[in-house]
Amino acid sequence: MARYVVATVDEIPPGGRKIVEVAGRSIGVFNIGGEFYALRNSCPHQGGALCEGRLSGLLLATVPGEYTYSRRGEILRCPWHGWEFDVKTGQSWFDPARTRVRSYPVQVAEGKELAESQGPQKGPYVAETYEVTVERQYVLVEIP
Amino acid sequence: MEPIQLAERRTRKRQRVQTPVIDCDIHNAFPSNETLYKYLPARWRRHHETIGLRGHYGGHYPRAMKNAARHDAWPPNGLPPGSDLAFMRAQLLDAWDLEYGILNPLLGAGGQLNLEFGAALARATNEWQLAEWVEPEPRLRASIVVPYEDSALAAQEIERWGGHPGFVQVLLIARTAEPLGRRKYWPIYEAAVRHDLPIGIHFGGAGGGPITGAGFPSHYIEDHAGMPQAFQAQVISLVCEGVFERFPTLKIVLIEGGFAWLPPLAWRLDQSWRRLKEEVPYLRRAPSEYIHEHFWITTQPMEEPPKGRFFRQLLEQLNADDRLMFATDYPHWDFDAPDRAFPVELPPALKRKIMAENARALYKLPPRHL
Repeated sequence: MARYVVATVDEIPPGGRKIVEVAGRSIGVFNIGGEFYALRNSCPHQGGALCEGRLSGLLLATVPGEYTYSRRGEILRCPWHGWEFDVKTGQSWFDPARTRVRSYPVQVAEGKELAESQGPQKGPYVAETYEVTVERQYVLVEIP
Repeated sequence: MEPIQLAERRTRKRQRVQTPVIDCDIHNAFPSNETLYKYLPARWRRHHETIGLRGHYGGHYPRAMKNAARHDAWPPNGLPPGSDLAFMRAQLLDAWDLEYGILNPLLGAGGQLNLEFGAALARATNEWQLAEWVEPEPRLRASIVVPYEDSALAAQEIERWGGHPGFVQVLLIARTAEPLGRRKYWPIYEAAVRHDLPIGIHFGGAGGGPITGAGFPSHYIEDHAGMPQAFQAQVISLVCEGVFERFPTLKIVLIEGGFAWLPPLAWRLDQSWRRLKEEVPYLRRAPSEYIHEHFWITTQPMEEPPKGRFFRQLLEQLNADDRLMFATDYPHWDFDAPDRAFPVELPPALKRKIMAENARALYKLPPRHL
């Protein structure tokens, strides 16, 4: 498991996202209500840039004509064919056992901690160790 | 730390398509009314400004996606999907290294109730296609848009462009006012045959009849899944009215109608014909033979049976190795990616035919990649 610094926390506000290239793959990092999640930016169906899709909710109905809208902002729809995935887990709703998009663990770390540790590898976001930036919080994605 | 793993169909890396690719269904659109007006005579510009487009728009169920387009197909300059050649080059022609793409603009000329206006709109669309798409981009060819509910006006439009190498097909839309075998449409076929142009019949339309044979449904999904009914009606009509006896060199391309339904339809027609052929004595061969000889089919959208072997059976039943042609339907939301379109791996020779060679032969496209 290598950890990559991909963004500062304030770069991805709640409801926001950032698409990054890490370890040769395109990954979308999402902020949902202050929590960060990362998904492979490729739909398992035909390879559309999934993380460029719209965030929506989950529309449920127990019987025809009765609708409940839930989980607003947590369901990602592929920009091509609208296949829906749970941003938090990468699972699809119509075929959760077989169809899912790769998700990656995400952590938030203090710049100070990063500057002192030798652990994380540098990602595309250069975690400069100047005094000013070191006090910010950074988003890290773990790639196996 | 690691989430619990389920058996999963993981995201795969994109593969380069190893064979040449010819895309038989690309939709270009006017960037704005101003562009349309450059090509429309003043009289019809005024008509468009004051009266606008008027037809039977039964198909306007709210789409899952705005403009029925891929969410990522909106150019950054804010123009509508399919209206910006530079963006289309980057997102489609270059991205997939397409050898050719066939343009099928769905801009409503054929569905206009005012037939003269429909003819003006068709002519403007064709002039614009030539000037702003085909001439600047050697990979593109266009379909001739015609006001098909008036076949004399439609034939005039075919005469206008039929000799130009930039136009390779005549475009009709699946839901016409009457079934396409009816004699009112024959002058269109006569003109097409004169110029050896195939007739493309594309998903959609506004002929005034309901979306399905059972009436108007509630949802877009019913419209989308129900459209093969219109295609089936057109195949039946074209065969049973004797169009292919009258025009033995006529070629028809079914675009965006699916194809899994075609073999059983041919079987059913053959069975009916054996019992009822006295009613249509001018048919000298079984309906399935006309279908096999005169119809081409584009791949998108493809029915995807739950098992790969069902799909292989379907291809065998279709018996259309020389007739099936690849299409993306760009920029629409049900776009098929050239490297992932098929649910099974195809034998290399068949793949070459479907991805490019069948279209190259039908549309008479010279090789570009040596």
